[in-house]
Formats: sequence, C-alpha cells, structure tokens
Amino acid sequence: MSEVTVNAKIGNTRKEQGQTAVFLQRFTENKVAVVAFVILVILIFLALFAPWITPQNPYDLAQVDFMDGRMEPGEQAFAGYTFWLGSDGAGRDLYSAILYGLRISLTVGVASGLIALALGTAIGLIAAYAGGRTETLIMRLVDLQLSFPAILVALMLVAVMGKGVDKIIIALVAVQWAYYARTVRSIALSERKKEYVEAAKSLGLSSTRILFGHIMPNCLSPLIVVATIQTAHAIALEATLSFLGIGLPQTEPSLGILISNGFEYILSGKYWISMFPGIALLITVFSINLVGDQLRDVLNPRLAK
Amino acid sequence: MSSAILSIRDLQTNFFTHGGAVKAVNNVCFDVEEGKILGLVGESGSGKSVTGFSIMGLVDEPGRVAGGSIKLKGEELLGLREAEMRKIRGRRIAMIFQDPMMTLNPVLRIGVQMCEAITTHEKVSKREAWQRSRDALAEVGIPSPEERLNAYPHQLSGGMCQRVAIAIAFLNRPEFIIADEPTTALDVTIQGQILAQAQKLCAQYKTAMIWITHDLSVVAGLADEIAVMYAGRIVEQGASEEVLKTPRHPYTAGLIKSVPGEQVKGERLYQIPGMTPSLLRLGEECAFLARCPNAAAACNNVPDMTWQDGRGYRCHNPVEAANINNKAPSAQKEELV
Repeated sequence: MSEVTVNAKIGNTRKEQGQTAVFLQRFTENKVAVVAFVILVILIFLALFAPWITPQNPYDLAQVDFMDGRMEPGEQAFAGYTFWLGSDGAGRDLYSAILYGLRISLTVGVASGLIALALGTAIGLIAAYAGGRTETLIMRLVDLQLSFPAILVALMLVAVMGKGVDKIIIALVAVQWAYYARTVRSIALSERKKEYVEAAKSLGLSSTRILFGHIMPNCLSPLIVVATIQTAHAIALEATLSFLGIGLPQTEPSLGILISNGFEYILSGKYWISMFPGIALLITVFSINLVGDQLRDVLNPRLAK
Repeated sequence: MSSAILSIRDLQTNFFTHGGAVKAVNNVCFDVEEGKILGLVGESGSGKSVTGFSIMGLVDEPGRVAGGSIKLKGEELLGLREAEMRKIRGRRIAMIFQDPMMTLNPVLRIGVQMCEAITTHEKVSKREAWQRSRDALAEVGIPSPEERLNAYPHQLSGGMCQRVAIAIAFLNRPEFIIADEPTTALDVTIQGQILAQAQKLCAQYKTAMIWITHDLSVVAGLADEIAVMYAGRIVEQGASEEVLKTPRHPYTAGLIKSVPGEQVKGERLYQIPGMTPSLLRLGEECAFLARCPNAAAACNNVPDMTWQDGRGYRCHNPVEAANINNKAPSAQKEELV
C-alpha cells in the first residue's frame, strides 16, 4: 500500500502543479496576448486610481474652466497644470476625462457582463435541464433576441428608459444575456447526459442542486471566454450609445461622449478632442479581445496540442 | 418472504418509442435478503440495468415503469412522489456505476462530493461530514484519505475512483445497493480487489445488494444468488453455485459454455448462435426460440417460471441435470477467498 501512496503522491503533485503551469505556459505562448494583458491591467489601474493621478476632476464643474476650452496638447491650464492631451470644448482636461471615462466604460462593461453572465447562465441551464416546451420557449426567445441587431435593441431601450449608468447597464444586459444562454445551453445539454449527473441523482440530490452545483461548474471555462469577448462588446456598445447622445448624461462623460464632443472640431484641426478618447477606447477593446482570444485557445480542449 | 430487504414482483418497464412500446423489463420478480448479493446476469440490452434504474425511480424518458411492485422492507416504492423518492435515493438505496472516472464530477473535489451525499440526507456539521467521509475512504482501503478528500477525480486512478464511489454508496449505510457493472471498466487485478471490498462491506453492514454484470466469473465468487436475464425476462434464478453448476435453461447453459476456461488449446470457444431478438418484436413465443438447441413446438408460447427446490427456470425443455458436464466458471473465486 505504501508504494501506492508514494506513487499517487508524486502523480498528484505533478498533475496539480501541471494544471496551473500548463495554463500559464500556454497563455504566455502568445506574446501579443501577454502584452494585451499587461496593457489591460495598466488600464484598469489607471481607471481605478484616476482621482489620485489626474490633475482635474472633469465631473466637478468648479474645477472645469470654460476659458481652458480646446487647448492643444501640451498647453498650460489657468490652474497651472499642463494639458498633456489637450482639452475639450468645455475646458475638460482630456487626460483626466479619458481616465474617468475609462472608469465608466469598464464599470459598465464589467457590470453588464457579469449580470448578463449570471442571468444568461441561469436561463440557459434551466432550458437545458427542463427540456421540452420550456426549452423550446426559452431558445426561441433567444433566437428572437439575437435576430435583432444589438445596437437597435439597446437604442430602443435606452431611448425609452432615459439616461444613466444603471439604465445603460440594464439595456446592455438585455442585449447580451442571450449569448450566454445559448452557450450555456449547448454545453449543459452535453453535460446533462454524462454519468456524473445520473450518479448525483442516485444520491438523492435535488434538480436545483445538480443543475447549479454540478452541471454549472462544468460549463465555466467556455463561459469565461464568452464573458471576456462580451465585455469588450459591451464597452464598445456603450461608447456607441453615448456617441449617439443617448447613453450617459453630458455631465458624466464616458469615452463615447468625449469622442462625440470632439467630432464637430475634427475637421477644423482640433483632432485631439476625438482622437485621444478614440485611441483609449480602441486600446481597451482591442486588448480585452486579444486576451479573450488567447483564453479561448487555451481553454478549448479541441485546440489543445 | 418476510426477511427480504427488497422485493420485486412482476416489474414491467417499457420504453415508449416511435416504433412502439419496448418491453425492456418484463415480469421480473426477485427478493434480496439482508446481507445477500444477487447477481443479475445478462448480455447487453437484456434489461438488467433498466431493472436497476427502475428500482431507483430514475428511468429516463421515454421509459416508464408500467406495472408491478417494488417493496423496500415492505414499503411500496412505485408511485411514490419524486420528493419522497429523493429521500430514499442515496440514503436507503444507493447505486454504484460502471465507469468510475465518469461518475465523479470532474470539477468538484472528492471531499465536496462525499460531504454533499451526507448533508443532503442528514443535518450534520461540515466538520462531521468531512470526518465521516474520511473514515469512509479509509474503510475502502484508500491510503492517506485526508489528502484524497482534497483531490480532484482526475488525480486518482480508475480503481481509486471506484473505491471512492463505493465509499459514497455506503456513506449513509443504505439498506440496499445497486451495483451496475462496477468492475467492467477496471482491469482484472483491480476488479478482484473491488469485488472483495464490496463483499466485505456488504457482510459488515448487512446490506442487501444486486450486482449487475455480464461477466459470469465475477458473479461466481461474489453472489449468493443469480438471476439470468434474457430479453427483459428472468430466465433462470437460484443459488449461484447450483445455477452455475447445473444450469437448467439452455441460455444459461450456453453462457457458461462460452466462458473461456480449461478447454483444449486450439479448440473453438462455444458461441450461442444467432443474436438477441429486437425487444420491439417480441411475440408470443419464447424469446430464445430462434437460438435454442432444445426448441420444440411448445416454445411458441412464453414459458412460465417453473420453481423447483428454490430454483426457477423459464423453459419448456430444460437442460437435463445429467447432460451437463460443464465446469462452473470459478476462476475468480479462489482469488477472493
């Protein structure tokens, strides 16, 4: 028996280290993804600590001086600090505004992503487990939802509900849950037929427990991938809505609003007002997508080498 | 028989397919007494697993238990509501499955899965559940059980996983255990260990058990009684030594003859001619008719179970006791003792 123990122990530790190590090794294989991940982490930090590292609070009207409007990058503000990225028409420091805007964009993206993830997962699991009419009903609803362009649905909802961070999150959740539901259902359908579900039933566990305690954890890795991609999607969508002027109020500029603010000046040489927030948005969405793509490659067993 | 833990009478389980009702389990009757093991033997599709699932009340759509009675210590299980049945599953009747690597949830730690089996049926603290799980692992001969509780199933070997599955089945000290081919996926040396383990625990806790298998040599050393199933019906039943030594039904005789044993080298192994009939097209005749060496005119009607000295067979022309000079497969028996 002792020999068995030793063997098992060796195998055990090797495998345990193996999993995380293999994951890290495979993730870092793609240098671009690593760079994207680092950039993403930096962006998150910048957004988190924005109040401490920016010279101006663009939401505080007392700090925004109209006389500072449309300053070129590098010019000095009346308050003394430098507009490294210039200022917009209202005299907001673009560097500060971008970091604050990034806060909103990331919050909206992550919050709507998580809520849609929870909601979509629950709905998809129930559809897969219940089967029959419930499943048909839910999945047709998903199809219906996905047959509308996301931007159209979000536009309509925000137009009806009005402006505000909470409302835009609701709209984005309404647009996104269907992606999660469809993904979860397809995985859960194959998981449901596996023997461990039968075994769990034979232990007398309730359906809810089997569904959320046993099947759901087995659906997680593909969901992580969908969640990253959808978060990037949500950020872009929020920027689009704000750009169109129906997302967030003017007093809480998100990246989309900043872009639209500079839109009218872009042909008169004042490129920076739109350009810099646009680049910030681009980098954010792009790096999330790159990380998501690499996650998909690593977590997808079919692509495993 | 009043001492029977589980008593099944005229069990009928049908699958309602587009082609018609498939009688997967047909008129099955048996009793299992305290501490005894009934070996349920048959080839694929003979209805042995469906019998197990019928007892658990877990027959999947489009299947349904259509009739009969399943009594656990005199208490009728058929017709119980799902919530009541759930209280019985895992606590009073447990099940062990074929592929141990598949029956444990791959993403949950062993300890979590074991504790869940306890806390579902009893209000105990997490620590107590954890301790009981650890003791249960030690009992089935798993070295350093504390460590194993924190392991994931993929970190254990198949044999280890099956031990864990057995430990889970015995966790709540059930009165009855259904073992659905638990050794089929394991290699022969592990098979022997698992069999011995199950037998030991069964005797220790006086658990009644049915051991579903298609392997006669497994059942030879393990079971007290054997029921041979063919096309949904039990065709022969009795004490295991007697059935293996003097089979009365031609199907049982054929099965025993086809076990590789001490025959002359180079000699072809016996094979039952033909194939299992489709369960959809079972008529009035004996299902074994087309393959039977003893077929006669009377076989156009399904024979009833004939009982004689505690042995039953469903045949009009049973194999005569004198005609059999077969050795019963006993290869594993010595290993186990």
